Amino acid sequence: MIDIIQQYWKAFLWSDGYHLSGLAVTMWLLSLSIVFGFCAAIPLSIARVSKSRWLSFPVWLYSYVFRGTPLYIQLLFFYAGVYSLNVVKETEILNHFFREGYYCTILAFGLNTCAYTIEIFSGAIKATPYGEIEAGRAYGMNKFTLYRRVIIPSALRRALPAYSNEVILMLHSTTVAFTATVPDILKVARDANAATYDSFNAFGLAAIIYLCITFILVGLFRKAESKWLAHLRPMKA
Amino acid sequence: MFLDGFGPIILEGTVVTLELAALSLLVSFVIGLGGAGAKLSSNPLFKGIATVYTTLIRGVPDLVLMLLIFYSLQIGMNHITESLGMEQINLDPFVSGVFTLGFIYGAYFTETFRGAFLSVPKGQIEAGIAYGMSNWQTFVRIQFPQVMRFALPGISNNWQVMLKATALVSIIGLSDVVKASIDAGKSTYKVFFFTIVAGAIYLLLTTVSSLVLMWLERRYSTGVREAEL
Repeated sequence: MIDIIQQYWKAFLWSDGYHLSGLAVTMWLLSLSIVFGFCAAIPLSIARVSKSRWLSFPVWLYSYVFRGTPLYIQLLFFYAGVYSLNVVKETEILNHFFREGYYCTILAFGLNTCAYTIEIFSGAIKATPYGEIEAGRAYGMNKFTLYRRVIIPSALRRALPAYSNEVILMLHSTTVAFTATVPDILKVARDANAATYDSFNAFGLAAIIYLCITFILVGLFRKAESKWLAHLRPMKA
Repeated sequence: MFLDGFGPIILEGTVVTLELAALSLLVSFVIGLGGAGAKLSSNPLFKGIATVYTTLIRGVPDLVLMLLIFYSLQIGMNHITESLGMEQINLDPFVSGVFTLGFIYGAYFTETFRGAFLSVPKGQIEAGIAYGMSNWQTFVRIQFPQVMRFALPGISNNWQVMLKATALVSIIGLSDVVKASIDAGKSTYKVFFFTIVAGAIYLLLTTVSSLVLMWLERRYSTGVREAEL
């Protein structure tokens, strides 16, 4: 284990000498896809609970397809599948985008986490107590103000525990990124394994790093919950 | 021709995926029941082991564990056979895939079953004891049927996640449906089409299993009264 740490600690954490690698790449992938998924999920989850079929059905279908297929296949689809199309290869901008493993990975991850986040948020929106919405209407709020002031703030709070799960699952899903040649933690571990044949320590080290990130994320979310869900805590005697 | 002649290979891959998922479900089910028993037991040693197991496994990505266990299992076996002076035993990738997946998802099932066991009202177990039932009898007659009902939503969730996780076994060299479609795509230059085929197969599998699970949930909830809203 010491040998691998000595030789690969830098690659595991931020750089393999030429490019970013390891932990830095994993966190970069995670935060980009989470931000993308979160921002897209808010309007889409409002569309998902909309009464209009034309709005809610496409969103439901999108989320159903992305939740029903493995992320690995979605990544393969964007990285290998889309790039194999002639249309993509001949269009300059598309060719540039889909040739790059990073872009495909972030696209696939973002779309994937967005699909799950839509379900979480739309569930939370649906669970808004009807009294709150009626009170907002009675104050003369229009639909936009109602969403902005009443529904979204309370729905996001309610969604926090489920959303923290999704973020951690997303961290665990980033491990497939290496199949699109993105040098994340697991890619470094695989390189270390290939060079030393010390599988247990190479992958064990990766596992420890992932475990640490998971614990840190759990801790952060616990803090966030105690801040934003403080009104749900039982009163101290 | 149907799927450019790759139909049979993809079908074979689908069968491998299904077998893998079903057998790993069996393994993780057993581990989950045992783990839940250990976590709820009063023995601090069992409790500690089960807690460490679920925390570690659920904190590490399944792909990392898969690679870790898959490679280390073979190397560990080699050390054992070498020290015993035996010939090398080559682990079958399918069998080690089943045990790896089962071992990983066993941790998730442990948590599911633990929650379900805790949901059985205490009074019913005490009533069973009062009737003079043995521990085993209270388990089989009172706890288990209800645990299944309480655990079913969790089980369905785990099953769907596990079914999708089987896509990763192609990375450790098993010829499942993903591997078959990648090969088919490469040799026909229709990668786009065949990744969609693989996705569609998974979508079909998850849809069918969610229908089955919905039916099971209804079945296990017979006799449970719910307030009409």
